[in-house]
Amino acid sequence: MSTTTQAATKPAKTRASAVSPAVALFAGWFVPGLGHLLLKKPVRAALLFVSIAAMFAIGIALEGKVYTPATGDPLDILGFAADLGSGSLYILTRMLDLGHSSVQIAIADYGTKFVVVAGLLNVVAAVDAHSLASGRKLS
Amino acid sequence: MTLTHFSAVLLFSLFTSIVFGITQRSEPKMMVRFGAFCFVLFVGGTIAASWVMWAIKH
Repeated sequence: MSTTTQAATKPAKTRASAVSPAVALFAGWFVPGLGHLLLKKPVRAALLFVSIAAMFAIGIALEGKVYTPATGDPLDILGFAADLGSGSLYILTRMLDLGHSSVQIAIADYGTKFVVVAGLLNVVAAVDAHSLASGRKLS
Repeated sequence: MTLTHFSAVLLFSLFTSIVFGITQRSEPKMMVRFGAFCFVLFVGGTIAASWVMWAIKH
């Protein structure tokens, strides 16, 4: 009787996905939501992609600053690390020379924050994909 | 592109809350609830902080 009760209340065992956690992490970083898409969670993937890409695009449209690593300012290196979290969005922005190297209008400060936070949120989403793939997060 | 301060707050809160909801909860129902909770906290916190700043200035 007690064994049956214990079995019923025992938490479900974690189950790892067929996709490697490292692949899910890298894919999720490179393209927002791709890690979740590989794990067959298309709705979450679409919501993550739209949210992160829209946030990044709004930041660029507001003439936000896009950080580069070689300015010598330690705070700029932190900003660069956060921007780089957007993966391909950041790489594409640098290749197409979008964004600004400095804040020139008042609203551009908001734009800078939008770009930075988009990168940080993408890192959170990629880590979530890693947790799902490794079985650390159940669903 | 130009945004008012409030529309920037709404957009920031919306997108951030969606990502927080999806990543910080496991069940879809709890994701929606946590996302809505984050959105209310973001917007409410900003409005409250704005009033505090107004009160300090006056």
